[in-house]
Amino acid sequence: MLNRYPLWKNLLILLVIAIGIIYALPNLYPEDPAVQVTGSRGAIEVGETQRRQAERALEEAGIPFEEISLSNSTLLMRFTDGDRQLRGRDALQEALGDDYVVALNQAATTPDWLRSLGANRINLGLDLRGGVHFQMEVDMEAAVEQQLEAAASEIRSTLRRERLRFRQVAIEDGQIRIRMASADDLNTVQRLLQRSLDEYQYNQDADEGLLTLSLSDDAIREIEDYAVDQNLTTLRNRVNELGVAEPLVQRSGRNRIVVELPGVQDTAAAKRVLGATANLEFRLEARRNADPMDIEEYEFRDQPGRTAQLERDIITTGNNVANASVGFDENNRPQVNIRLNGQGGRLMSQATRPNVGRAMGVLFIEHKTRTRYERENGERVEVREPYTERGIISLATIQSELGQSFRITGIGDTQEASELALLLRAGALAAPIYFVEERTIGPSLGQRNIEMGVTSIQIGLALVVLFMLAWYRMFGIFACVALTANLVLLVALLSALGATLTLPGIAGIVLTLGMAVDANVLINARIKEEIYHRGLSPQNAIHAGYEKAFSTILDANITTLLVAVILFSIGTGPVKGFAVTLSLGLLTSMFTAIMVTRMQVNWVYGKRRIERLPL
Amino acid sequence: MSDKISVKLLNIDINFMKARRIAFAISAALLLISIVSLATQGLRFGLDFTGGTLVEVSYAQAPELEDVRAQLEAAGYEHFVVQNFGSSREVLVRLSQAFSPEVGDQVRSLLAEGDIEVELRRAEFVGAQVGEELRDQGGLGMLVALICVMIYVAFRFQYKFAVGSVLALGHDVILLLGFFSLFRIDFDLTVLAALLAVIGYSLNDTIVVYDRIRENFRTVREGGPKDLINLSINQTLIRTTITSLTTLLVLFSLLIFGGEMIHNFALALIVGVFVGTYSSIYVAGTLLLALKINREDLALPIKEGEVEEEGRP
Repeated sequence: MLNRYPLWKNLLILLVIAIGIIYALPNLYPEDPAVQVTGSRGAIEVGETQRRQAERALEEAGIPFEEISLSNSTLLMRFTDGDRQLRGRDALQEALGDDYVVALNQAATTPDWLRSLGANRINLGLDLRGGVHFQMEVDMEAAVEQQLEAAASEIRSTLRRERLRFRQVAIEDGQIRIRMASADDLNTVQRLLQRSLDEYQYNQDADEGLLTLSLSDDAIREIEDYAVDQNLTTLRNRVNELGVAEPLVQRSGRNRIVVELPGVQDTAAAKRVLGATANLEFRLEARRNADPMDIEEYEFRDQPGRTAQLERDIITTGNNVANASVGFDENNRPQVNIRLNGQGGRLMSQATRPNVGRAMGVLFIEHKTRTRYERENGERVEVREPYTERGIISLATIQSELGQSFRITGIGDTQEASELALLLRAGALAAPIYFVEERTIGPSLGQRNIEMGVTSIQIGLALVVLFMLAWYRMFGIFACVALTANLVLLVALLSALGATLTLPGIAGIVLTLGMAVDANVLINARIKEEIYHRGLSPQNAIHAGYEKAFSTILDANITTLLVAVILFSIGTGPVKGFAVTLSLGLLTSMFTAIMVTRMQVNWVYGKRRIERLPL
Repeated sequence: MSDKISVKLLNIDINFMKARRIAFAISAALLLISIVSLATQGLRFGLDFTGGTLVEVSYAQAPELEDVRAQLEAAGYEHFVVQNFGSSREVLVRLSQAFSPEVGDQVRSLLAEGDIEVELRRAEFVGAQVGEELRDQGGLGMLVALICVMIYVAFRFQYKFAVGSVLALGHDVILLLGFFSLFRIDFDLTVLAALLAVIGYSLNDTIVVYDRIRENFRTVREGGPKDLINLSINQTLIRTTITSLTTLLVLFSLLIFGGEMIHNFALALIVGVFVGTYSSIYVAGTLLLALKINREDLALPIKEGEVEEEGRP
């Protein structure tokens, strides 16, 4: 029969819309300001003890809270307003201490039945909720260079151990060149080195007595991948230490890392912590009569001009630190309490046992870069100059054998001490990183962007609805119902897929609303034509109109979808958001503009004889 | 001839093909202006593509921009632009010099000297290299988009339609870029997104017209290519106009209520919708004529036992 959908088709369409409504629903519930407590490391559990501690702390501070809940080792406290939330965070951080990350968050008030269906609010992008976006680049050359240097020093000590005389082991043009005293040794050396350094390609030049080790492209890629992965891990640790709810740390492209910190406003501090490449070295002070070759002289960090001589040998480094926290000494000066891991503890006690009475220096090492802009052939190019700053932060007499735990003093102020402790806890970066992009969005701007976005959706929708009703009357109503269904489905899809909504994403929704009626315009125009120019009866015209318009709608939408997909693949951040809403909007609008209107048309006109259509 | 069919089939009858020489002249003139403007003064690329630093602050009371400039100059900043952004209380400072981590806060605290209430709205820094990559990617994306479209249209229609639609799109893209170049409007990442959306939109329009042309070439027995193209444009005219109208309605809503951050995005789309509508009426069809489209190009491969007319109810 013409213009009647079978029952299953009607039910299916209604079911899809009903599911859409359910998954769009959470967005209508407002969010509560909340504070979230998690352990700063995986091993630290948040349980009933912490819950009682938190409740007590808030009661003592006189801060009323709405609700406290504990799930998945995360403690969540809701407050009625932002001011209480801020005061609550401070009180909790103080009560719980450094082992716990206390972060501001927004807690959904979605009812449990919705949450049990997996329905959640749309994720908001940084431009809508405020926060910082960083893009960093890992210095790949430095990563490879470090690897080569490590190999070179291994080669030197191997050759010395095996008593093979060499003139020089140097790194040139990304290769390690070993100049032997006698060309006869070349084969022996190569065989010896190949045992441990098998990722290198070996090349002999007997005339020069030269053995060249170079890395294959695959080996270089492996080193680079390792450097990026290592840095990702370290950055994740550091971000956790910063106490941010729902942070994002992600690899982007071959050598970039994107970090997004919602809600963070103090970018300077965040940047200092994320980008810091600081590390510590523990070394003994040099003896007076030591060989000058084994001595290095360094300046003190806080006392320019004062220097001390340290041994070249390193006892251990910050990489062997298991935990570090800030404390205060008898004179109320900040100190960092350090606990080394097993290996570090062994090295430390081996080095300090025979040297009680001598002094040990703590050397602070920081890799920094200066970025200059230069004109080169009329183009502005970035020039980066890496440099390393080394300074002694403390030099103290070893009173007794040191073990795993000890403290270092002589650090400037509390903030510096806590940042140092944080860096030691979170680990060092495998290769230096540079900030190549940074965007900070203030919370007020985010809020305003949401309001403006919602306003433009409402007004845009209202205008289109009014126009369609005025122009098409009855068929306008069908189209408007479909348009509303489209908006609901789009919001539901975005929420359910966990897509991130950005300001351009909202613009994409608005644009979709304007373009979605296109299908209806095409269909209606076709129906009209079938009646007036081909003289079909209204029932036949409806049928033919939908039928004929379909291939046009399909062609037009597929080509637009093609462009949207390309947009997605080249876009970054906000633009990706636009591409996502645009393409999802095209898909939902195909469904609503064709199926949902057809269902209504069938209901209204399907079962009866009609003389003319109000078109 | 054309009159006869059109009157028979439709109550609207505008002879678009007659006006095609005028349209051609207009398009040629606009293209020339756009290309000259692009060649001489280029695009005013926004921060996304050039790299640099941008700080947006909000004052409790509207400041004098001159004072703000003097303040920045006194603090030793060079090569900066100060402008209002959205309202007189919002000020945008653009620095082209190298970035330092605290520049956002520096500028804010500098401007806040003497107890003025200033709030940091956003601070952005983009490295020169990142900007350059984005520019390359954007250009590449546009080319890929055009090529994909061409392949799809060639596959679904015929190669003359593919050439016609891509030339029409090229026309739209150049005019839109020319508009941004001529009026010195910032071309940032959102505008690039809008440009690609315009490609999608204009293509949508063109495809609808082409779809009709293909159908008419196969089903209408009378008239030459010129008449059939004219008929198709007339048949789709109402749809083209209404869709452009509803799209413009939402875009103006976005332009007026969407805020300053997507102002240029909405503007690009509005101009793009106008250009795209114009090109799908005047340019896309005319191009087919110029490519000497004829019935043979669209003849269906006739199989035995099958009627030539398809899709009839």
